Order: sequence, then structure tokens, then C-alpha cells
Amino acid sequence: MLDNAFVEAFNLIVSGSPELTEILWLSVQVSLTALFFSITLGLPIGTSLAITEFPGKRACVTILNSLMGLPPVVVGLLVYLLLSRSGPLGVLGLLYTPTAMVIAQVVLITPIIAALAYQVMDDLHREYRDLFQSLRIPLSKAVPTYLWDARYSLVTSILAGFGRAISEVGAVIIVGGNIDHLTRVMTTAIALETSKGELAIALALGIILLTLALIVNAAVTTVRTLGLRNAYV
Amino acid sequence: MFKSDPMSNISVQQSTAAPVPLIEVDKLNLKIGDSHLLHDISVTSYAPGVTMVMGPNGAGKSLLLRCLHGLLSPTSGSIRLLNKAHQSTIADQSMVFQKPVLLRRNVMNNLEFAAPSGTSTTEIAELLEKVHLSGKQMQPARLLSGGEQQRLALARALLTKPRILFLDEPTASLDPASVLIIERLISEATTQGVKCIFISHDLGQAKRLGADIIFLHQGRLAEHTDAQTFFTSPQSREAKAYLNGEIVL
Repeated sequence: MLDNAFVEAFNLIVSGSPELTEILWLSVQVSLTALFFSITLGLPIGTSLAITEFPGKRACVTILNSLMGLPPVVVGLLVYLLLSRSGPLGVLGLLYTPTAMVIAQVVLITPIIAALAYQVMDDLHREYRDLFQSLRIPLSKAVPTYLWDARYSLVTSILAGFGRAISEVGAVIIVGGNIDHLTRVMTTAIALETSKGELAIALALGIILLTLALIVNAAVTTVRTLGLRNAYV
Repeated sequence: MFKSDPMSNISVQQSTAAPVPLIEVDKLNLKIGDSHLLHDISVTSYAPGVTMVMGPNGAGKSLLLRCLHGLLSPTSGSIRLLNKAHQSTIADQSMVFQKPVLLRRNVMNNLEFAAPSGTSTTEIAELLEKVHLSGKQMQPARLLSGGEQQRLALARALLTKPRILFLDEPTASLDPASVLIIERLISEATTQGVKCIFISHDLGQAKRLGADIIFLHQGRLAEHTDAQTFFTSPQSREAKAYLNGEIVL
């Protein structure tokens, strides 16, 4: 039975099943959109936290690091409460839409990107601080320099965020509802098809998800190797 | 030629052409937390060229340099450089750190980053020639050897056309060839009127370059005198011991 499921799964992938393609496309769309917003929010948060001094900074860093481990189902629940009809943003009618899934993923991966960016920028800031002060480099020039010089490490952080987003299931199933042709993504589809005993589709999606994870990890390794080779990391 | 400094009771060289104090430090104290790191340091130097800062590890040499360069704010006391208020000279200063801090970029980009607007590529190329780094413009800066990295750091500091150059042990653990290149550049800079304040443990280097010597011990000024006097007849017990090769704690 398992052998048949694997063969069928490969057939589904090779034949380019429209159902699989639709699910894959939506998954990538949702995760890339979430990633875009998380980068937009996370990089400035991480960078400003690293290069500025203010009272309570240590507490902020601790909170940010703690948020990296947010339980997805709790995030799903909070976003659900926010977007449900009786919630503060219920009027927008976003629950059970891809937008709701994007919001949940943004909440999940922004702290990851921000915390990793903070770590990278903090290390770089400690190294460059005296030089920049000595050369009287204004903040407007220092920030782009930090971002550019940390580019390899930041790309690694961003890819880690994408990996988390694409493989996330708990939050998106709560706020997306796993609705066929609307909010069904790879992870939620795997959960559903497995529970239905449709192992072929679940396996096919699992193989695609694993392949994506491998591609992301290969990209991380390549980026890091490139940076190390030129002593840019 | 020599004038007694009433504040620190030392003899310093005074140029007859320009009797202007180039370094004036008055009762400088630095405390960080509970640690009192620099105690009542008063130095007045009229000597052009290189002022060497010497003393055993932990004497406060780097801290003094960082205070003079504005990287640290003293707890009390005043600093005047080039006969001007400290803040107004910040733009005329540059510093080379003991461990060269280089951007994660190639050699050329490191220089361009620090170059004041209007600096020509010819100017940069000439400087690269002087530090023997021509032909390495496109190499990642952090893959250069230790000596090359320090020469690049010095070239970058000189590119900003400083009037005061701070050097924190720039030749520590470098090969003789790199030391020679760096010393030549520093000598050339001083002939062009740059005042250098240079930390070194190398007595030979201090003799070759130093116009006057500031000797620190345990965060206090032990001695400040012209280089010749320092090496022939040091006044303080600590400096005598240091010059005799004894372990000074």
C-alpha cells in the first residue's frame, strides 16, 4: 500500500497535477508575501535595536528573542480573535482568506528575522563602532554600510524565515480554514489528506515541501560559503 | 628650546617659530563604573612630530588615546589639541587601531568609504602605491596579511587628511618590512605637519620616531619629557625600570 502511494505520489508530481500546482503556488505566494512584509519590518527593528542605545534595550532584546519561539497555534488563535467577526478587525472580513494567512505568518516570522538581524548587526556594530566614530560617519551612511556588509548573514536569516513560513501549519489552518481552492496550502493539505487516508497526495506534497526545504538550505550554504570565501561574513 | 611645564613639572620641547602647545591635557580623569582608570593626567606638549605614549600593559595608554580622539569622554579634566578646543579638532583627527578594522569589502572600497568628497582616484592610487598595495585594489580587504591590513588602515586614515593622527600600536606583531613602510609613512606625514600620537612598546621605534615621550604607569603620568632625555636619563623609577627591561607591574 505504501509502495503504491509513493509511486502515485511521484506520478502526481511528474504529471504536474493541477491540484498540486494550485496548492504549491498558493503556498509560495502566501509565504513570499509574508516574507516581504517581515523583511520590511524585521530588518529595521533588528538594525535599530543593534545600533542605538536606550533604556530598556536589554529587555527589548529578551522579548524579541522570546518571540522567536512563539507557538504557531497561539499566533493563529490571536490572529483569529483579531480578525473574527466580533474582533477589532472583523469588519475587514479577512478571516479564512490568504491575507489572514499572510498576517499570521508575518506575526510568526518577523521576530525570527528581527532577532537574527539584531544578532548580526550587533556583532558588526561592535566591530565598526569605533571606526565609524573615528571617521565621523553619519547614521545615514552607517546604516546602509551595516546592511551591505552584513548582506550574506542577513540573507541567511531571511531564508530561515522563509523556511519557517513555508513549513508552518498550526497558525494558517486556524486563520485560513484549509478551504479548497482558496486557502489550502501544502502543510494544511498534507494534514487533511493524511487524515482522509489519501496518502498519495499527502506524500506528493510532502516530497515537494522537503525539496523546497532542501533548496532553501542549499541556498543558505551557498550564500554562506560565498561570503566566507571572500571573508565577507 | 625646552620649557618647564608648571602643571606636570616636566620639560618639553618648544618650537621658537610656533610656540603653540599641540597637546594640552589638564587633570584628566577617567572612571568607568567603580574603576578609576586615569588619574589626574596633565600633559603639555609643544613638540611637533611624533609624541610616543609608552608604559606597561594596563597603564592606560589606549584609554588616554581614546579620550584624546573623543572615543571616550573623560570623567573630568580638559583637553585642547592644536591650541583649539577639543571638539573643534575632531574633524582634523584620524586614528589607526591596534587591530585594523576593515569593512567587508575590497581594498579600493575600503579607501573610497573613508575618502572625503572630491578625492580623486589618482590620489587613492598614489596612496596605495605608498603602502605597497598597488595591484591589490580588488582583493577582499580582510584576506590581506596582517601587515597589509594595517598598511591599508593607515592609508585610509591618511586619506582623510588629518592634522592629528592617533596610532594605537599599529606595528605590533608586524614583520619588519611592514614596520618600515608604516614608519616611513608616519615620518612623511609629520614632515607635512601632521601631529602623531603613537602608542608603542618598541623602544627602538620610540627612539627612531619619538620627539617626546609620555610614560604612563597604573593610569598615572609617570614622566613626560623629550625623547633624548627619556632614553638617556629617565626621571621616574618606573621609566628607568622599563628601559632596563625589568618587569614593571
